[in-house]
Order: sequence, then C-alpha cells, then structure tokens
Amino acid sequence: MKTKRALIWKSLRTGLLTVLVLLIFAYGFQITKVNLTELRSEQRQESLTRVIRTLARPDLFAFPQEELAATAPVFLPCPGTQALAALPAPDTSGPYMLITPACADPKGSVQIEGFNFYPNAAGPLRFVPGSDSANPVTLGNDVVRTDAQGHFLAAFVLPDRPSEDVQYVRAIIRRNVGLPQLSETAYSTWDKIVETVFLALLATVIGTALAIPLSFMAARNLMVSVRSPLASISLSLLGWPAGIVIGFLVARWVGALGQPLASSLLANFAAVVVAPLGAWQAMRWALPPEELTPPGKGTRLARSLVMALAALLALFALFQLAALAMSLGSRLEDILTSFGFLGGFLFQLGEIVRLITPVLAALAAGGLLSSKLAQLGQRFSERASAPWVKAFNLLVATAAGATVMGLLGLMIDLLYQVGVPSFTLWIPMAVGAVGGLVLAAMVKPKDTLPNGLIIYSITRTILNGTRSIEALVMAIVFVIAVGIGPFAGVLALGLHTIVSLAKLYSEQVESILPGPLEAVEATGANRLQTIIYAVVPQIVPPYISYTMYRWDINVRMSTIIGFVGGGGIGFLLQQNINLLNYRAAAAQMLAIAVVVAAMDYISSYLRQRVV
Amino acid sequence: MLQVINLTKIYEGGTKALDRVTFEVPDGQFLAVIGLSGSGKSTLLRCINRLVEPTEGQILWNGEDITAATPEEMLRIRRRFGMVFQHFNLVHRSSVLTNVLAGRLGYVNPAWSLLNRFPRQDVEKAMQQLERVGIADKADQRADELSGGQQQRVGIARALMQDPEMILADEPVASLDPVLAHSIMKHLEEINQQDGVTVLCSLHFLDIVHRYADRVIALNEGQLVFEGLPTEIDDQKFKDIYGREAERVG
Repeated sequence: MKTKRALIWKSLRTGLLTVLVLLIFAYGFQITKVNLTELRSEQRQESLTRVIRTLARPDLFAFPQEELAATAPVFLPCPGTQALAALPAPDTSGPYMLITPACADPKGSVQIEGFNFYPNAAGPLRFVPGSDSANPVTLGNDVVRTDAQGHFLAAFVLPDRPSEDVQYVRAIIRRNVGLPQLSETAYSTWDKIVETVFLALLATVIGTALAIPLSFMAARNLMVSVRSPLASISLSLLGWPAGIVIGFLVARWVGALGQPLASSLLANFAAVVVAPLGAWQAMRWALPPEELTPPGKGTRLARSLVMALAALLALFALFQLAALAMSLGSRLEDILTSFGFLGGFLFQLGEIVRLITPVLAALAAGGLLSSKLAQLGQRFSERASAPWVKAFNLLVATAAGATVMGLLGLMIDLLYQVGVPSFTLWIPMAVGAVGGLVLAAMVKPKDTLPNGLIIYSITRTILNGTRSIEALVMAIVFVIAVGIGPFAGVLALGLHTIVSLAKLYSEQVESILPGPLEAVEATGANRLQTIIYAVVPQIVPPYISYTMYRWDINVRMSTIIGFVGGGGIGFLLQQNINLLNYRAAAAQMLAIAVVVAAMDYISSYLRQRVV
Repeated sequence: MLQVINLTKIYEGGTKALDRVTFEVPDGQFLAVIGLSGSGKSTLLRCINRLVEPTEGQILWNGEDITAATPEEMLRIRRRFGMVFQHFNLVHRSSVLTNVLAGRLGYVNPAWSLLNRFPRQDVEKAMQQLERVGIADKADQRADELSGGQQQRVGIARALMQDPEMILADEPVASLDPVLAHSIMKHLEEINQQDGVTVLCSLHFLDIVHRYADRVIALNEGQLVFEGLPTEIDDQKFKDIYGREAERVG
C-alpha cells in the first residue's frame, strides 16, 4: 500500500516539475521575444541572404582595374528646342553615350545606349547633378553590363532634380587587369590585427608581473600563520604612509641631483656604468653571505648605512638609465629611419623607467619602513613588561587608527569632493583613533592578532570586486583617462588580467603540497625563503599554464575592446559594421578567427612543452 | 641534552595529541619513539622544533627554553635541528642540489638566497653530503626523478647541511622496503655515532628499533607509556604500548 502511495506521489512530483519547467521556458520565450514569423518574412530572408553572401566574400584581394568613362547631357525638365539643338554631337572616337530622348520630366524614364566601352565589363551608370560634367557627386545605384562589342542599352530613371541648365549622366565601365593584389582593407586589417596581438601581449605581461605577488597575499595557507602583536601591526600601518612620503621625496631629490649629468651623453653614460657598480659593491659589503653568530650593534648600524647608500646609488642609476635611454632613443629615432620605432621604443622605455622609479622608491621605502617598525614593535612586545606593552599599544593603535581612517577620508574626499575637512578628515580620524584605542584596550598586551588573515580577506575582496567589472567597462574608464587608442585597451585588459590571474594563481598556491613547505621551514628558513624555495617551484607549471590561458583570453578580448575605443581591430570591425561595409567586416572577422585559432594552437603546444 | 617537561598539545577541536609527556635525551643518544599511528609521535617531534606550537609544557635544549623563544630566535634554533620526513618532503621540481642547499637557508643571508646565490663553500659542502649518502651523481637531476630510497638520502643530506646538533626523524623508513629501510637507518646510525649527533627517530618496526636504538620511549594516545632499553620490551610491555589485540610480527 505504502509503496503505491509513494509511487503516485513520485509521479505527481515529476508531473509538477515538468509543468514548472514548461512554464519557465514559456516565460523565457516571452521575455526573449522569440519570433519565428519574422524569420519567415520575405524581406528578412532577402536581407539575410544578402548579408551572408557579402560576408562570404571578405574584402581581402582586389584586381587592379582600368576604366573607361563617358558622360552624356540630359535636360530635366525639357527646355526649348533651341537649347536641345545646341547640344554638341558626341565624340564617337572614344566611348560615348546616347540618351533618347535627351530630355524628360524629373522622375521620368529615358533610354541610354553606350558604345565603344570594354566588352563584357560592368560599372555604375549614374546621374551627375549640377551643370558640371566633372562633378564627382553622383546619384543612383544602377549598374550596367556591356556585351561582346562593348555596347550596352539600359533604361534609366532620372532623379527629381529639375534644373534650367544641362545636367549629365555618367557611365564608368571597369575591367580587371593583371593578377589580384591585397586590398586596402587587407592592409588596414593587418595593421590592426598586429596592434591587437601586441595589445594582448602587453596586457598579459603587465598583468602577470603584478598578479604574482598579489596571489601570495590572497593564498589562505600562506597567510593564516602570519600573526603579529598589536604594537607591530600598528607601527607597520604607520610606517607605510610615512615611508611612501619619504621614499617619494628622496626619489625626487635624487632625480633632481642627477639632472645636470643627463645633459651630457658621456657623463650620463659614465653615471649609468659607475652607479650600479658602486651600489653592487656596497651591497656585497653590507650583505655577508653567511654568518654563524649575529653581528654586534656597531656593525649592524654601519651595514644599514651602507645599504642606504647602495639604495640611493641604485635610485640614481635608475634615473640616469632613464635619461640615457630617452636621449639615445630620440637620437636613434632620427638615425635609423625605417627602424626608427626601435629608437622610439627605447625612448618610451626610458620614460617608463623615469615615471615608475619614484613610485617604486616610494613603495620600497614604505615597505621597508613598515617592516622595520613592525620588527621593532615585535621585539618590544616580546621583551617589555606587560603594562608597558599595554601603554605602548594604546598609544600606537590610536595613532594607527587615526592615520588609516584619515587617509580613507582623504580618498573619499578626492572621489566625492565633499570639501568639508571636519567631515572627511577630523571625524574619520577621531573614529579611527577611538577604534584603535578600544582595540588596544581589549587585546591582551602579549597576544598576537591574525593580521595575515585580515590582509588575505581584504585582498580577496578587492580581487573579487574588481574582477566582476568587465574589461570592456574598464576600457571605457581608461579611454577617458588616457584617450582613445590601444594604450587604454592595454591598461583595461592589464588590470583585468591582474585581478583574475591573482585569483587563479592564489588557488594554485592554496593547493600545493604542504610537505616541502614544512621541510624548508624546519631548516630555519624565514617566510620569504620558504616561499621562494618551497612554494615557487611547485606553482611554476600551473602559473605558466594559466598565463597562457589568459593570453588566449586577452587576444580574444582585445578584438572587441576597440568597440569602446580601446584600440585593436575591434575599432575597424565596428566601424565597418556600422557603415554596412560587410565585405570589409568579413575580412576583419576572418583575421580575428585566424589569430584566435593560431593562439589556441600555439598556447596548447607551448603548454605541452613547458609543463 | 634535550629535556621535555610536561609537554601537552591540544589541537583546535579538542584532540589531545600529547598529554604531559616528560623525558630526557642525553647528547649523542639514538632514541626511538614508538607507538601506534595517531599516538602523537609526529606531533612530539614537530613540537621540538615548533613546527607545531605546544599548548603547555617546556622543551629545553642545553638549558635554553625552546618554547619561550621568539619567532626570530626560533629560526636560529631550528637550523640546529635537522629533520627527516616519512614522505621525504623534497621539492619535486627543484634539482637535488637545490634541495640539499635548502638545508642551508637558516645560515645564509636571506637577501642572497632569494636570488638563489649560495656561497661556494656551501655548494661544495652540499656535494660532499651527497657523496656521503652515495648519490653525488644525481645532483643535477630533478628530485622527483629519484627513487624513494634515493629521495630519502637527499632528505638526510639536506638535514646534514644544517650542521645539526640533533636530527628529528619522523618515520624515515615507513614508506621504504626493508632493504632500503636498513640502508637509510645505517646512514642515521653513522651520523649518530661518527658525528655524535643526537637522533630522535619515530619508528614502526620493532626489529629496527632493536637493531639501531639506544633507548626507546613509547606513546599511547599522547601519553608516555614506556621508557627504557629496546630489550626491555617484552610481550606484556608490547601489549601496553600497542593495545591488547596487537600481535608481534617483527
């Protein structure tokens, strides 16, 4: 009995489910406006066939052509017999046309007969408005075809263009000569597809370089064990902005210092050679390869000073290198003529180095100061007695909270231009200070906080948030920032690559074998050494394979990023579609297909070889 | 001398892996740690170099309190304890030489090691260690191209690079066949006897314990249930350590 009821219940459920699915699909049809009668309409079918036929003939090759043109006079409406009689007789030595009658009402029909054209050729037959027979503007869409004697006869409907003066009808009969050659469209498509491929390449390289460090921060297994006492975290938070400011100022100072040298090519070159050598020697001295006993205070101080000197020298060298590359590049651009782009490239590289160096210096100084302060905080928390640590915690946590919130407030002010300092600066600072104070009051002085997990969560949130914005949308923003062109596309695709690769990479880091990690840690290696020796070798193959995959995606994306002005072939494609120039559009689609397929093939081949 | 005093480890979730374990290891001793799987042997070894944070208790090495060391001090302490693992824990895609050199990471300057630059004497030393365990010819091969026994030798060479005062061996022969097991144990024995390195080695097979160990401690559910000479393990002691249903096979 029971089984029967269960069976009925089951079939009832299946029935209900079926009805539900049907309902969903019916609604879906309604929403997406599925309309098959439209498909059957003759007009639609006709235009569809036309478009498909044009698409099937991509505009890649064209014959060089020669042409014969002739014009014949016509009046509309008919003037007096005098004017008609004054018309000259056609010159019958070359191609000529006769129009009968030689006048008609606007929209009237005439017979046009042509002689002495190329045999078995075709071309447009069009009305030339105005009284100038050489007027390039023509009206109409007629095409005539000559017979074996180079003669044609066509009925022609005149347009509604009445005039007192004589007007003309022009026929141009063209024929192909010689072998087909690449068309204009083929050339412009080639230009743009090269741009597309390089756009994808640059975006992938930039994205990969920046995604790697981010991926470590977004890997739970690496970050979960990072814990620090509150004093250390607060001091490192304070160290970042202070270090960034200091680094930026120092970089500017060093940059200005090297300016005079950059004006002379020789001095510049000497500086590029000498400064890195000096930095290298200083580093060699300050970083002994191996030490069994920890050095004394004096030695450590001397080493830190020499390291600072080395850093300044390195900074100086970078600026000099940038200046050298720029001046050499601009000279080479003139000398190399057709290979001038190499000089231009050198110049751009120099410019990039010059722009990036202060940023790098600022970040490095921020990181360095923050980590040194964090170390200090850690030592203090370990060695000082609990009440002292507590007092110190209260102090630095308050300061750190105020700083972080104040900076956030400044950022909000930058975005929304509130312009009320009490609202965007003082209140957030007060909130941050109170927050820090409360946190410091709650935390036991010697406890450690999971700052690794906090960094992990923040990184993940930013990655996920940014990843959900399509590269196409980012491109719109970057087009506004840097103007229409491939550079905007590079930036947009690069940013999207960073965030999505960082996510994919971090998942690979999370799935590495823990054993080697444990073994390297057991040798007394620090965190960074553990990452380099136990994590990196394990993630190389998946990193390569994801990078290839992304490069694939970037090539595909870069073909459409031009739709919003991001450069690449998309711009041409969209233009040609909008101009209804389907043959050219077909050429570009073909190019995209070829490139994407080739990329697919190459990347799978490389993946097999490398991984 | 290693002194372990009232060592307790409770994992998150409440599993008590070690329960007030107290014992001492004099310098130069070969101490075997036996017990069933899950009895706390691995946790004990990992507590000693603090790969696992002990919950309570003290570990003293020559009088220095390891449990109280700061993270920075811990790096200097760890480099004096070589560790050998059941699954070798080599970095598969790195060369054998790089794997051995990794044992030196606690000594070298971090900045240079990040660029994969090791002092020449370290590279020479790594080759010597590989020679010592008999696989110098494999130095340039990838670690995962080696057989299990060879991989464990690389693991031992890596531990030797640390100039260890003590070797913690976590079931070093459990995934090897008996012949290889003895050859690996002989290497450990040689290091113990020639270099005077203290060895703490967790083991499964009693015949190996009899053959190599100076002294034995036994764990059962985190508690120390036996401490003495290998020959003292009679049938009664055996049942205490491994449970009533256990039968001696080796």
